[in-house]
Amino acid sequence: MVMENTMESKDKLRAPVSQKPLTIEKPKDLTAIGGTVTVEINEKKVNIPLGTTILEACKQHGISIPTLCHHEDLCVAGVCRICVVEVEGMRTLQASCAYPITAPIKIKTSTPMVRKARRNIIDLLLSEHYGECYSCFKNGKCELQSLAREYGVDNHTFGHINKPRYEVDKSSYSVIRDMNKCVLCKRCIRTCIDLQEVGVLEAVDRGEKTHISTFLNKPLADVICINCGQCINRCPTAALRANDPSDEIWAAIDDPTKHVVIQTAPSPRAAIGEEFGLGAGHSMTRELNTALRRIGFDKVFDTNFTADLTIIEEGTELIIRLYKAIVKKQDVALPQFTSCSPGWVKFLEHYYPEYIDNLSTAKSPQQMFGTLIKTFYAHKAGIKPEDIVSVAVMPCSAKKFECNRPEMNGSGCKDVDYGLTTREMARMIKEAGINLPEMPKSDFDNPFGEASGAGLIFGATGGVMEAAIRSVVEFILGKKTEDIFEKANIIPLRGFEGIKYMEIPIGNQVGPVPDILKHLVPNWNWLKGAVLKIAVAHGTANAKKIMDDIKADGKFSECHFIEFMACPGGCLGGGGQPIPTTPEIRMKRAQAIYAEDESLEIRKSHDNPHVQKIYEEFLTEGPCGHLSHRLLHTHYTKRGRYIA
Amino acid sequence: MGKQNRKGALIFSEYKRGDGIREAIGKSREDILFEIRESKLKGRGGAGFPTATKWMIVAAANSNEKYIICNADEGEPGTFKDRVLLLEYPELVFDGMTIAGYTLGAQKGIVYLRGEYEYIKKSLDDYLEAMRKDNLLGNNILGKKGFNFDIIIRMGSGAYVCGEETALIESLEGNRGEARNRPPYPVSTGFMGKPTIVNNVETLASIPHIVLKGGEWFKKHGTDKSTGSKLFSVSGDCKQPGVYELPWGTKISELLELVGAKNTKAVQIGGASGICIPKSQFNRILAYEDAATGGSIMIFNENRNMLNILKNFMEFFVDESCGQCTPCRIGNRKLLQGIEMIEKGAYTFSYVSQLKELGRTMQAASKCGLGQSSPNSFISILENFKEEIFCGNDRYINGYGEHNGK
Amino acid sequence: MLVIEKNTMTEEIEQLVAKYGNSRSSLLPILQDIQRKHKHIPDFAQQEVARLLDIHPVEVFSVISFYSFLNTQPKGRNIVRLCQTIICDLAGKKNIARAIERELGIKFGETTKDNKFTLEYVNCLGMCDQSPALIINERVYSKVTPEKAVQILSEVK
Repeated sequence: MVMENTMESKDKLRAPVSQKPLTIEKPKDLTAIGGTVTVEINEKKVNIPLGTTILEACKQHGISIPTLCHHEDLCVAGVCRICVVEVEGMRTLQASCAYPITAPIKIKTSTPMVRKARRNIIDLLLSEHYGECYSCFKNGKCELQSLAREYGVDNHTFGHINKPRYEVDKSSYSVIRDMNKCVLCKRCIRTCIDLQEVGVLEAVDRGEKTHISTFLNKPLADVICINCGQCINRCPTAALRANDPSDEIWAAIDDPTKHVVIQTAPSPRAAIGEEFGLGAGHSMTRELNTALRRIGFDKVFDTNFTADLTIIEEGTELIIRLYKAIVKKQDVALPQFTSCSPGWVKFLEHYYPEYIDNLSTAKSPQQMFGTLIKTFYAHKAGIKPEDIVSVAVMPCSAKKFECNRPEMNGSGCKDVDYGLTTREMARMIKEAGINLPEMPKSDFDNPFGEASGAGLIFGATGGVMEAAIRSVVEFILGKKTEDIFEKANIIPLRGFEGIKYMEIPIGNQVGPVPDILKHLVPNWNWLKGAVLKIAVAHGTANAKKIMDDIKADGKFSECHFIEFMACPGGCLGGGGQPIPTTPEIRMKRAQAIYAEDESLEIRKSHDNPHVQKIYEEFLTEGPCGHLSHRLLHTHYTKRGRYIA
Repeated sequence: MGKQNRKGALIFSEYKRGDGIREAIGKSREDILFEIRESKLKGRGGAGFPTATKWMIVAAANSNEKYIICNADEGEPGTFKDRVLLLEYPELVFDGMTIAGYTLGAQKGIVYLRGEYEYIKKSLDDYLEAMRKDNLLGNNILGKKGFNFDIIIRMGSGAYVCGEETALIESLEGNRGEARNRPPYPVSTGFMGKPTIVNNVETLASIPHIVLKGGEWFKKHGTDKSTGSKLFSVSGDCKQPGVYELPWGTKISELLELVGAKNTKAVQIGGASGICIPKSQFNRILAYEDAATGGSIMIFNENRNMLNILKNFMEFFVDESCGQCTPCRIGNRKLLQGIEMIEKGAYTFSYVSQLKELGRTMQAASKCGLGQSSPNSFISILENFKEEIFCGNDRYINGYGEHNGK
Repeated sequence: MLVIEKNTMTEEIEQLVAKYGNSRSSLLPILQDIQRKHKHIPDFAQQEVARLLDIHPVEVFSVISFYSFLNTQPKGRNIVRLCQTIICDLAGKKNIARAIERELGIKFGETTKDNKFTLEYVNCLGMCDQSPALIINERVYSKVTPEKAVQILSEVK
């Protein structure tokens, strides 16, 4: 600023001509100072770091303040006003979630004024809410309900709602939106726009007409929703839920002419215990197998088997792309992007359709399994594919959309009939009168049997990449992964950092080409001295960062392989997982997954004997051969961002 | 009432375009801040925050980008003084902004003009162009090296809440006009995250006079806590509605006399978000410490139905609430429903007192000034005119207490 | 919308973006200009504005829905806005409204069949000293009587 230079001193403003004292106090740059401040909470002096919110400070010192619009994963809104507290010297009450402490203030969290305000606010929310608690799926888990109970708001002071009902939007395969239950906390908006950067939901209209809606109030199926379901995970009431197919599944189970099989993904197994009152991080894999059989599923399969298969197919695809680019100098799309997250796939189809060729054509594990069940397994078991009902338990709401994509019929009929979320699975188990944690353990069914730890870690962000690297390293270098990474744990790819990047130098020592790839490459000499560059992103906001960098020819455009997961934390934080979700809960689920991986004997996809067998018996042309292309690979649609 | 008839000791006193700027650039920034602090000028939009305090924080802020925003989103029912200032005294407003630019080290001024005043925009744009020609705006203003400042006009689009300073900033940034959480305040994190002054049109119009004539001169007028004079927008049941410049401390009764109000029953001070004062209190004074107002004075005579007036106010707030926070979004509707119940005679006194309680919650817990002040008229009208409202036509026969006792 | 209309619209919006800049803070001026010209902001225009400012279409839609003077549905060529706030209300707003409604054969909130007029209420216009007041497009009329209001309308093209 030019003006500053005309001053005699930049830092110390000189005294005015009139010589009367006037000092301009420089605001203190808090971030530079750091440090702590002493505040009084309910007359108790405590020391807290500068910039802590009142809510945080109180929490740290064992004082709980009710919240509704606040969510750990999201930016501050300060709109529900339930968390108000008194700050001495201020005329009005302050929203504790939105008040960063920068001075030694005195806070009171439970005064007559505060209690009255909280009660009034809850009462107001109830008066605008179609509170049909007894028939509401959120009964017992609704945050509004528990607030009302906690504050003894039980007489509908301001009456019952008598506005016309909103039509429930059931257009989407994945997400159902019921504005009659909405309390306008805007968590879904902050999830959709700020956390995920998808941008489907926003507040529309003003004042009492305000409601959450989509572009032009269109049904969810017609806008650029990627079905990630993260909004569902953060909705405090029943305004958002997944499209539940359990009635159809019950009907199939009850139909004696149907052979009902189910595959379970690793993330639901790591989280379903939460629905049965266990803390986060209890893996229930084998208990779940028993429960599913008791419910009436004819066969229980492990999705990790096709996760292993995905690694072989997708890894082979990468090698083919690299070979074409490096040796044959062909124009191929690189970096290759993973395609197992259907939310991410749709995100790319809408926002970056020009990069559609970068997506691996390998189907996701769910869809690969669907095809194999209705081809390979149907044939082996002597059952007509149309008599098989194939269900997938997934941590994901987008899987419901994925299995309904018209091209997902490699077997000749719909490959996967129903995608079921972890929450819906838990409810079915409860409905069958089963207490999951008490179930005896049992194994998966053949012919797919057990899978490797590599397939298992697909559930966490970085897992697909780690699984791929475990195999690729052995394929190319001819060494054991354990010789390079301790216990075959590739730590740089783990953890919840938004974007992870890693380089693996190939060096000059390469191994022999394994049998399984011999039809594709003669040797590895062309990779000598190369550096394999890989990256991992979770949450579409991070995916967007990488994509924009690639568009601008940045560092990530030089990568060879990038793993993208639509949901924060990867599948374990998926839109079908138990509610609530917090960074801490996701961390524990990840720990459960990695611990289970380490406990397994087989931890690399290519070591899975069932995978080896399927290439010997069924997919005899090997990975990326004709049959595997027809059954295990797919294509995508350039959707673009325009809404008709 | 035209400009030639306007009289006033301070704002409407004689002023020539550019004089304030000329005077200012001959002084140091501290001197100007000192005079403004001396004047004890407080924000004229209604909240009454000391202007010098705001200015000093921005002056001290270490940022190469600062903004001077003129809040011309005059939406409070019964207020039109800014319209008069912008139409007839643009030199005061723009010179005030330019002086602020000089004093605070800002290079850009923005006038946020309400959409309803679009018809004023052309004349303001022309005026700004003329100022640029005369080097009262632009680079090296009046030859002062390094003093660069320009002003643009941005339009609102019909949202009362944008008069709230953080909602206004949100609107300028291309968002819904929803108030922000505070702290941080605009003086540190304002428009585009930069230190920003948001001042009312009238506040800025006072600045050139203070710079020219000094803080001492300014504070000779008014009361101790409310210095200077105020522009009052007077409307309703009186002979001569219009804008009046009167010193703070003027009695309501004096004002009523001046504007030719007869048979006055009530005066609404401060617009729909203000308070309603009955005849018995007309000896109260207009001042921050007593009957505070951003300028709106609405006069109602004996023939007016207070419940209808209150209903109109509450309809206004239901319409204009931004809808983000619970107390304001739902609370205003509940208060309006309460009025409708009273209208129909379908109320209980216990519910009415519950609604007053709700009003107090709204005042305390709403996110911004809109919800914090919208219950004011509800509470004050039901309190001050309960006889008329709850006893209906019987009021001349039975006193309120008697009626209740029977 | 025809392709050629879309292209014209895109060009128009590109010019507006060039004029006001491509940051989000240009959103309102751009929308106001589109509104002024087309009397509403068409669906396609919303998506184009979103694309050029790099925001989501739903954000544009959300902003439009917030402000009373912006709308997504077409309105008449002339928008008549009658002040409904207290001083104009007390000064006889109702009689003016009825006179206009009778004359045009539509109610407030509606548009005439020939698309010439849309009638709307508006909150305080800041003309309380000259009440009642109304605005037609950007022009303000004060101290309106029912008779005068009808006269004003007849003079509008």
